[in-house]
Amino acid sequence: MSRIGVFICHCGENISRTVDVERVASEIGKHPGVAFSTDYKYMCSDPGQTLLKKAIQEQKLTHIVVAACSPRMHEKTFRKAVEAAGLNPFLCEMANIREHCSWVHENREEATLKAIDIVGMMVERVKKNRILPTITVPVTKRSLVIGGGIAGIQAALDIADCGHEVILVEREPSIGGHMAQLSETFPTLDCSQCIMTPKMVDVANHPKIKLYTYSEIELVEGYIGNFQVTIKKKARSVDEDKCTGCGVCMTKCPQKKIPNKFDQNIGMRTAIYVPFPQAVPNTPVIDRENCTWFKTGKCGICQKVCGPGAVDFEQQDRLIVEAVGAIVVATGFDLYSIAEKPKGSPIKGYGEFGHGKIPDVIDGMTFERLASASGPTGGRILRPSDGKEPKQIVFIQCIGSRAREKGISYCSKVCCMYTAKHTMLYHHKVHDGQAYVFFMDARTPGKSYDEFWRRSIEEEEAVYIRGMVSRLYQKGDKIVVMGSDIAVGVQVEIEADMVVLATAVMPQKGADTLAQKLGISYDKYHFYSEAHAKLRPVECATAGIYLAGACQGPKDIPETVSQASAAAAKVMTLFSKDKLEREPIVARVREIGCVGCFACKKVCAYGAIEEKEIRDRQGNLIKVVAYVNPGVCAGCGTCQATCPSKSVELDGYTDEQIVAMIEAL
Amino acid sequence: MNQTTQHGFEPKIIAFVCTWCTYAGADLAGTSRMQYPANVRVLKFPCTGRIDPVFILKAFQQGADGVLVSGCHPGDCHYIAGNFHARRRFAAFRKLLEFIGVDLSRLQFSWVSAAEGGKWVEVVTDLTEKVRAMGPMVEFKELALEEQWSGVIDTPELKEAYNAI
Repeated sequence: MSRIGVFICHCGENISRTVDVERVASEIGKHPGVAFSTDYKYMCSDPGQTLLKKAIQEQKLTHIVVAACSPRMHEKTFRKAVEAAGLNPFLCEMANIREHCSWVHENREEATLKAIDIVGMMVERVKKNRILPTITVPVTKRSLVIGGGIAGIQAALDIADCGHEVILVEREPSIGGHMAQLSETFPTLDCSQCIMTPKMVDVANHPKIKLYTYSEIELVEGYIGNFQVTIKKKARSVDEDKCTGCGVCMTKCPQKKIPNKFDQNIGMRTAIYVPFPQAVPNTPVIDRENCTWFKTGKCGICQKVCGPGAVDFEQQDRLIVEAVGAIVVATGFDLYSIAEKPKGSPIKGYGEFGHGKIPDVIDGMTFERLASASGPTGGRILRPSDGKEPKQIVFIQCIGSRAREKGISYCSKVCCMYTAKHTMLYHHKVHDGQAYVFFMDARTPGKSYDEFWRRSIEEEEAVYIRGMVSRLYQKGDKIVVMGSDIAVGVQVEIEADMVVLATAVMPQKGADTLAQKLGISYDKYHFYSEAHAKLRPVECATAGIYLAGACQGPKDIPETVSQASAAAAKVMTLFSKDKLEREPIVARVREIGCVGCFACKKVCAYGAIEEKEIRDRQGNLIKVVAYVNPGVCAGCGTCQATCPSKSVELDGYTDEQIVAMIEAL
Repeated sequence: MNQTTQHGFEPKIIAFVCTWCTYAGADLAGTSRMQYPANVRVLKFPCTGRIDPVFILKAFQQGADGVLVSGCHPGDCHYIAGNFHARRRFAAFRKLLEFIGVDLSRLQFSWVSAAEGGKWVEVVTDLTEKVRAMGPMVEFKELALEEQWSGVIDTPELKEAYNAI
């Protein structure tokens, strides 16, 4: 038999002004099952909580209802107090007679009757409450970082510096990502390689970081604290343990004219290659599609010249399984290619800008490679078509970005700043050249950003033209840029030697496939979604998975690094305890009733429902039922309302509890 | 629920709400000291996805004259998609209720976010006034009475049938 204690709070005068609290206490005292009912001026105060604890012990109370403010305010306070008095915290419920009653009604009689109803409902509910033990989940203190750009590198270093092992997986042969491709960085113009490569080396040398390059995520199973990740390590055709990185193989390889993706295809590489000289690891990869040995079975020069005998044509793709407790996703971005119209994508392409047809119309990243001291031109700005120095150069901003009719409505955030930087780099390298910029708005929020942009105009003599370009066409060896200057209201025509398009920042190709493997959500552009736009910007809705960098949305380097460190901090919070504790509001399956239709599995947004086989003693399969993984379940209860046989129940919100409340009315 | 009969008939309104949006919205109405009729009784759920249509039937059966179901706006669900499942479920359920002869004006669905204290007041007030004008819901009360049938065979038809066995 339950002995329910009811405690009515005056909340100073907040409740007692409109609700006759003494009357509520005496009416509820008559309710069946209520052993003790009282009122007090401030239940949440220290003396109020002491009163509650004393009553539990003296009156041997089994269930508690505190009628006071919203449970969103003080449910935790009272459940803690109840726990301190020796009761399970989930045997305590709050009746909201302040926000939902005394504050919203003026008529004292009506408000008092409503308060009696509300408390009565909660009394009936609490009778059906069960003892719920806190759920603990073991935590594997290793983490996986997906993506070896600046975001992944920063997150991996931060976690590893705290003493926890990190598995860093990169799809390309080297870590470094897009930041390694950049020439100089805004707003300080320091060389990207100079600040990036030491961090890359730190990753390679860190005793706590296990690096898998030229590898991809194949499968992710498990849940927060307990993920099993299968990584596909693609065949490099070079034994990483034997290779010394001397590079003789690359100098001897006869295939020398393969466009290098790292140099935006304007530089060339060999079939056995490292993407760039500072690559980490400095172990070459054989590009099997272009290698003579793999195409014809002849050649094998690299194998012959390799002193340590590291070249291995027989190497196969390998699958590696790693157990981790947390995952940081840092897959970064890609640039919108205006020549392409990807299938099934909202992107419509920019045929009128000739990118991909006119060789001297390039994108921002290609300009970075031209300006880079380690790039294909050794840092000289030269036209890809004839290698001449362009004397008139036009930059066009917002290509793809902020163009709803072209399929992308967002702002890519970094283009205004990098275009300003490009005009400066150009002016530093081509002293007699002139840069023009077509722009819609200059968006320069950020520390020292606007000053930087102004400098490009005031000191570096870039001419900014507000307006968009309607058409580009080749005329002799010039590119005619036709646009409008809306500030002056005239048509502009510039005969340029080279055109640089600030194309939109987009998620990496295959971002959606990876999201499906991880069970995280993404928006219509395939940027990954955070759990809350303002208050949980680095966590995914799926527990144990965190986001860093441009895979979540366009970001510049400082923001990316901040988010990566924030994600690392979140991982460290998770790893600070051996066991993860969580509220036991999770669904549970009554196996006897479950018929294995798995309607619950279809509606579960978290993938918390698994299939479980029930066997007899001889090992014969009796049936397959649903099983809710308490580590993954978020406690929404959608499965319960969906289950046709009512075989799954959400603890804390069972049908019994709800019906008891309805029947109390 | 014994309301003072200042309007003659005081309807009984039961609201099923999710804890993250509408419950918080109702809290905000309180913190902002907005006023609305005292007829509504709120039942909190983690998510509208948890709300079983049976609860709505049960509420009508228990004498509710109006039922309100409210959660997060589409796309804002704390649990990713619970409110979409609820929306789909209730779209089908409304048809069923209509089929069995319940006036759908007694059942209101709405989205009230945690920031919409004013909308909560509006929704509750509108439903209360609408149901008050419609009068008491008798259909389910009669059914409830039938369910509590005493077991005494007192009609001539039943007596005749009983004797024939």
